[in-house]
Amino acid sequence: MSEKTLVEGIREALDEELARDPNVFITGTDIGPRGGVFLATQGLYAKYGPRRIIDSPLAESSIIGVGIGAAMNGMRPVCEIQFADFIHPAYNQIVNEAARMFYRSGGQYCVPLVIRCPYGGGVGGGLYHSQSVEATFAHVPGLKVVIPSNPRDAKGLLKSAIRDNNPVLFLEPKKGYRAIKGEVPEGEYTEPLGVAKVTRAGDDITVYAYGMMHFYCVQAADQVAEEGISVELVDLRTLNPLDKATVLQSFKKTGKALIVYEDNRFVGFGAEIAALLCEEAFEHMDAPIMRLAGPDVPAVPYSRPLQDWFMPDVQRIVEAMRKLAAY
Amino acid sequence: MGTPVIMPQLGESVVEGKIGKWLKKVGDEVKLYEPIFEVETDKVTTEVTASGEGTLLKLYFDEGDTVQAGALVAYIGQPGETPPEASSISVHDAHSAGEASKTQPAEVQPAPQRGRGPTRLSPVVARIAAEYNVDVSQIQGTGEGGRITKRDILAYIESRSQVDERGETRGAESRVGSEAELAPWEYPSTGELFKPSEETAPPAPTQPTPRAPDASRPTSPTTDVVPLSSMRRAIAEHMVRSVQTSPHATTVWEVDCSQISAHREANKAAFERDGAHLTFLPYFIVATVQALKRHPRVNSSWEERGIVLHRTINIGVAVSLPDGLIVPVIHNADALSLLGLAQAIHDLAERARSGRLRPNEVQGGTFTITNHGGFGSLFATPIIHQPQCAILGIGKIEKRPVVVDAGGTDALTIRPMAYLSLSFDHRVLDGADADHFMATLKWTLENWHAP
Amino acid sequence: MLKLDTAGAKDHNSHAQEHPGQATAHSAPTPDCLVEMYEVMVRSRRLDERCWLLHRQGRIGFHISGIGHEAAQVGVAFAMQRGHDFLHPYYRDLAMVIALGMPMRAILLGSFGKQGDPSSGGRQMPNHYCYKPASIFSVSSPVGTQLPQAAGLALAEKLKGGNRVTVTCIGEGATSEGDFHEALDWAGVHRLPLVVVVENNEYAISVPMHLQMAVERVADRAAAYGIRGVSVDGLDVFASYAAAKEAIDLARAGAGTTLLEVRVARITPHSSDDNDATYRSPEEKARVRAQDPLPRFQKQLVEMGLLTPAMIAEIERRAQAEVDDALRYAENAPYPPVEWAMGPVFAD
Repeated sequence: MSEKTLVEGIREALDEELARDPNVFITGTDIGPRGGVFLATQGLYAKYGPRRIIDSPLAESSIIGVGIGAAMNGMRPVCEIQFADFIHPAYNQIVNEAARMFYRSGGQYCVPLVIRCPYGGGVGGGLYHSQSVEATFAHVPGLKVVIPSNPRDAKGLLKSAIRDNNPVLFLEPKKGYRAIKGEVPEGEYTEPLGVAKVTRAGDDITVYAYGMMHFYCVQAADQVAEEGISVELVDLRTLNPLDKATVLQSFKKTGKALIVYEDNRFVGFGAEIAALLCEEAFEHMDAPIMRLAGPDVPAVPYSRPLQDWFMPDVQRIVEAMRKLAAY
Repeated sequence: MGTPVIMPQLGESVVEGKIGKWLKKVGDEVKLYEPIFEVETDKVTTEVTASGEGTLLKLYFDEGDTVQAGALVAYIGQPGETPPEASSISVHDAHSAGEASKTQPAEVQPAPQRGRGPTRLSPVVARIAAEYNVDVSQIQGTGEGGRITKRDILAYIESRSQVDERGETRGAESRVGSEAELAPWEYPSTGELFKPSEETAPPAPTQPTPRAPDASRPTSPTTDVVPLSSMRRAIAEHMVRSVQTSPHATTVWEVDCSQISAHREANKAAFERDGAHLTFLPYFIVATVQALKRHPRVNSSWEERGIVLHRTINIGVAVSLPDGLIVPVIHNADALSLLGLAQAIHDLAERARSGRLRPNEVQGGTFTITNHGGFGSLFATPIIHQPQCAILGIGKIEKRPVVVDAGGTDALTIRPMAYLSLSFDHRVLDGADADHFMATLKWTLENWHAP
Repeated sequence: MLKLDTAGAKDHNSHAQEHPGQATAHSAPTPDCLVEMYEVMVRSRRLDERCWLLHRQGRIGFHISGIGHEAAQVGVAFAMQRGHDFLHPYYRDLAMVIALGMPMRAILLGSFGKQGDPSSGGRQMPNHYCYKPASIFSVSSPVGTQLPQAAGLALAEKLKGGNRVTVTCIGEGATSEGDFHEALDWAGVHRLPLVVVVENNEYAISVPMHLQMAVERVADRAAAYGIRGVSVDGLDVFASYAAAKEAIDLARAGAGTTLLEVRVARITPHSSDDNDATYRSPEEKARVRAQDPLPRFQKQLVEMGLLTPAMIAEIERRAQAEVDDALRYAENAPYPPVEWAMGPVFAD
């Protein structure tokens, strides 16, 4: 075990999978000698060469489309979209093609494709380097959506994503690339897709989060613990397919739910959790389900006070936890 | 429209207050900001003033009552006006105008607080109350505005069942919440069974290994003995067996390599960009594959039941090592492009030299090529790799003067030439079969197609 | 999981080596091969015509036709190593998929949405072919999406060092899509073993070619990507075959991609739901109909002495019998159970 950053966890997963399976290759913009704009692929070009680490033309739709074709020809491509904000030109290839291929070919062709994609605000990225896109894509059957919240999961989940026979959108909290540190076991291990994790046991309220917001929720839960509020924290990790059992189990224990996400609040992932709890655990409900989310403006503004206004943070999470606990 | 008097929230965490003393009675005239009653909380005692003018029409509580923040406690209006029922005004109505604009967009909207009136129960509290026959009016709520929380009702049931324990058990514990007693089979076992034997029994005594004779010891003062490695022994065994098994015959052809040289020169850089080093060997493999497809009998093995034609074309390529040689196999060579062959050769040779070949990569060959020209050899009589029926030797490509047809007349020119030697199993192939094969091979190499 | 009618299909995405196809032929097709090409054209035409009839009788819900495209499709298909090379087709490629070995029964199961339809088991609309035993990939409805995927198939083949060539087909309308540009860009940069066949019938549903592009030939677009651009008479089997053969041979030899425009005729409306009288005059329609490649090829083969009246009649008889059999088979087949609609959505 040694302490590593989240982006180091990503890099280790890529390195190990490239070494393990000759069919794995990486493509995307600037992922070659440059090592990716966040250095997630740093050193891999030198180690694996131009046939495994392929700088792509600046063309998102075909980064995914080419990945789909390569996947159907037996490869395991890892395609990087530089920012979640730039994924939209590839929407058709991801949603209409990758996600539907297995179903529409009656199971003849599957698409073992990983789409790595940094998401999230709070980094001064303005409208087009801060977006969260998980709700848009979690809506799509046939596409797995995974978001790690810590280095250990980042490595273990990415390895599982690469080995999965389905398209996986792997969203990485870019603000946490270096801010989030943690223990990463040496060598081979994986974390399963489709399994949420109770990262903190508690009795009073359940807080659901993922990615960067989970990192904040840990800190907020520490704060309110001093006030005697016992928070159970569930890291969703995979949004689709959702681990309903873990989500419901925790709620049945506390009866109070807060969902924290930085994507726009309206029709966001919190709505799905809330609906699930209402439909399948109504009789355990002890308070109105609360959502703490990004506001419904088009995207995160650049100017610092405007960005701060947009982003959920530890203080706001603390206040929401208090309110819910007190209800 | 009159003015409701509301129990204020005196501090962030204060949810209720006790009415200390009424400073006005029903029928009194009230002026704006005139004190109406005293309120006591666990933190402060203060006077509550009127937020409107008129006649005090109704007091909803007595002195000493504890009232939740936001509740309607008195009503100021005009004489003759009917004051509202206690439950018809909520804190939300009274405060909404001033509060809404302060709400942060990312903020949580709590459910509206409720006045006293009928008790509002959350779904879980209602369910538990029904299941355990609880009169909720007996419970002191600790939630927001005195709401009965799940914890409150569970604590109430707990205390009730403690009282009952002296009498009868209601059996409540096993059904409350999710803290039910687990059946014994639901607890994970410690995994005592099927532990590794090493952990449950002492290790078995090991047998001493018999000492091998020291082979490196000189047996004569005038000779040195090189100990036989397992690879050396294997090669020796195989070579002896091969010449004893197959009657070998060898045919030698000369090939003009101008076309493939030109192609290689033209494409070397592009291959380099694709991460592959382009040598001549892939050209010979492609041509061999073409010739094997045309003459499938060369891709076969002798067996007593007959000549076994192989449907797959797996080409072994001899790689020399410091202590011998190894023959890694390019499986399904007919499915590989020139680029793919260049990469496969490089990869296999590299791993052969570093001893990292996997077992299946040295098995299953159907035809073998040995590139003896790499050391300068012009032609050779290679020994067949059993149980295959032929092996191709490639001699050194070197420039030689050759006679060519220049529009009907003979002309002397310089061409890169190489001798190709095919050793074949004469049980399977006759000389003519072998030479037909070699003719196709030569034709393909000398007419290498564009680009 | 229900099984599709794809005997011989292997695990996901592992392509069998058992069908290396015919040995690489040289330049022109052999006489036997030419007669076989003719027979495929007749089979495709008769099936296509029957589908229109079935639609007008209300027995199938949709049909999209390849009538007028057959010469080009057969020319391209016969230049491929059938079953070995990849085809990522589009919805008009009926003759192409028949040439590559997709059975008529399978195609009609798809038209009726019946159980066992190998393309999708009745999930997709008719003519959205997918048939792994012949290395045929799944057709989508949004046009041009197969182009980057075909580039990906070819890129993977190059990375693996394999010698399969990927052939993909689109109409000229899809050359306006962004995916066309992106895919050809990859193809040029990586010299991919890819042949992009544009079946130019001058109409994208109703929009004529001059509103689709300002260049004279689709093949002119190739120059922008550093790849070969070739335009041939797609109503002529010989020209189509020769151009496709050269493009495929070059791709296999590592010389990169060809944008192959085959100029064809759309003798029918766009689909069974289209009325082309709203945008084509009767005179124009008559002119297009007169370009029919089938009688033209028949005449050529008769003149070459490869076809006799008796052979023509026999080929007709066989084709009709095959269509009748396939129709009986598909109409009698059961519908898929509703469980088939439910999934699986994810692969194991």
